[in-house]
Amino acid sequence: MESPFRSEAAAFRFLLITIGAFALIVVASWIDPWLGFAVWVLLTAGAVGVYLHQRGPRAPQEHVEHVGPAEERRVLVVANETVGGKELLSAISERALQLGRVRFVVVCPALNTRLKTWTSDEDAARAAAQKRLDATIARLASVGIEARGEVGDADPLVAIEDGVRTFHPDEVVISTHPEGRSNWLERGVVTAARERFDVPVTHVVVDLERPS
Amino acid sequence: MTSHAEELHEHHGPPAAHKSSRVDARVLGMFLFIGSEIMLFGSFFTAYFFIRVANPDASTITPDAWQFWPPCKTPPVGGECTAGQYEFPVFVAGVNTAILVTSSFTMHWALQSIKRGQRPAFLAGMVLTFVMGLAFLLTQVIEYLHVGFNTGDGAFASVFFGLTGLHGAHVAVGLTLLGMVIIRGFRGHFSPEHHHGVELPGIYWHFVDIMWIVVYSTVYLL
Repeated sequence: MESPFRSEAAAFRFLLITIGAFALIVVASWIDPWLGFAVWVLLTAGAVGVYLHQRGPRAPQEHVEHVGPAEERRVLVVANETVGGKELLSAISERALQLGRVRFVVVCPALNTRLKTWTSDEDAARAAAQKRLDATIARLASVGIEARGEVGDADPLVAIEDGVRTFHPDEVVISTHPEGRSNWLERGVVTAARERFDVPVTHVVVDLERPS
Repeated sequence: MTSHAEELHEHHGPPAAHKSSRVDARVLGMFLFIGSEIMLFGSFFTAYFFIRVANPDASTITPDAWQFWPPCKTPPVGGECTAGQYEFPVFVAGVNTAILVTSSFTMHWALQSIKRGQRPAFLAGMVLTFVMGLAFLLTQVIEYLHVGFNTGDGAFASVFFGLTGLHGAHVAVGLTLLGMVIIRGFRGHFSPEHHHGVELPGIYWHFVDIMWIVVYSTVYLL
């Protein structure tokens, strides 16, 4: 969304639109007060519709700087319900074998309902995410992989950004449910992460419903 | 859970600013400002519409007087305002509106001029904007003196002075900002590359103008 006050020129344009809109409302009101009200409702709905559907310029892709020793690789793993999934664990194990010296940080976004997010009622969501995370970290440790866990923001993209800014990963692994059952895929989380950061983003599909 | 800052940052100094929201700080600031202004003006408009539409007891004379807008000066007789209604100075406010709208054009001209490096035009535009803003404010003060009612003449008068006065206060703040731009402009500040100090007061000035269009249409014309 673009602010109509993002620049002086945009604000000036918005002023001209306001003059035109209110001239219409006033003229319509003089003809009939209810017509004026109808024009006001229509214009307001139109303005809100245009505002919500316009897209701002896409932010440039961000460079993620490698930090730490040159031979060390850092992998940021982002997953929630799928965090203990077999496919994800094998993807992590694969990287541990391939990359040699590697550090893992597993981030579990504390998924929550919108209402609970708005009312800051997130204790239960964070506790559930922490529980899943602890189980996964323990499972990785049992096969000799050391990883650190972190409960992230409820918004997976924000959780990824937080992880990128603090951990500086060389790769991001995002685990989701299969297409059709994944809310993250529907929201384009993987695509958005690829667009935002210049590090490889691997998508691992975990099908929890498939019998093991 | 361990601290990220302690464990993961090998570089010296504080970590980079947290920007996960992806909203530019200046844009976010402007959003917050506009949001607070909408709430402020919204509360005054709510009071205005409540008094005008939903509260017939708001008249100091009699509820019957409230059937008219603006209300009757004395209790209506036989369903008519015998002493006439209070009047809003629609024409004077209309001229004032034209002045304020014109000042937005000169403001826009001033900014375009400094972007093109035309300093005399920039200064002329800023001075004209300031003079017109001042003219608007002085005309409003004169309007208050001759309007024919005061804050004690009922809720309609209170809300009239409240709404127009709130806007007048915004104009006064805008004039202060414009004054600072003019002083800096005459001291040689601003260039085609560096004119952020003109851009932001310009945005504010247009915002004040937009709010006046809403106030004038609602209070004087409708």
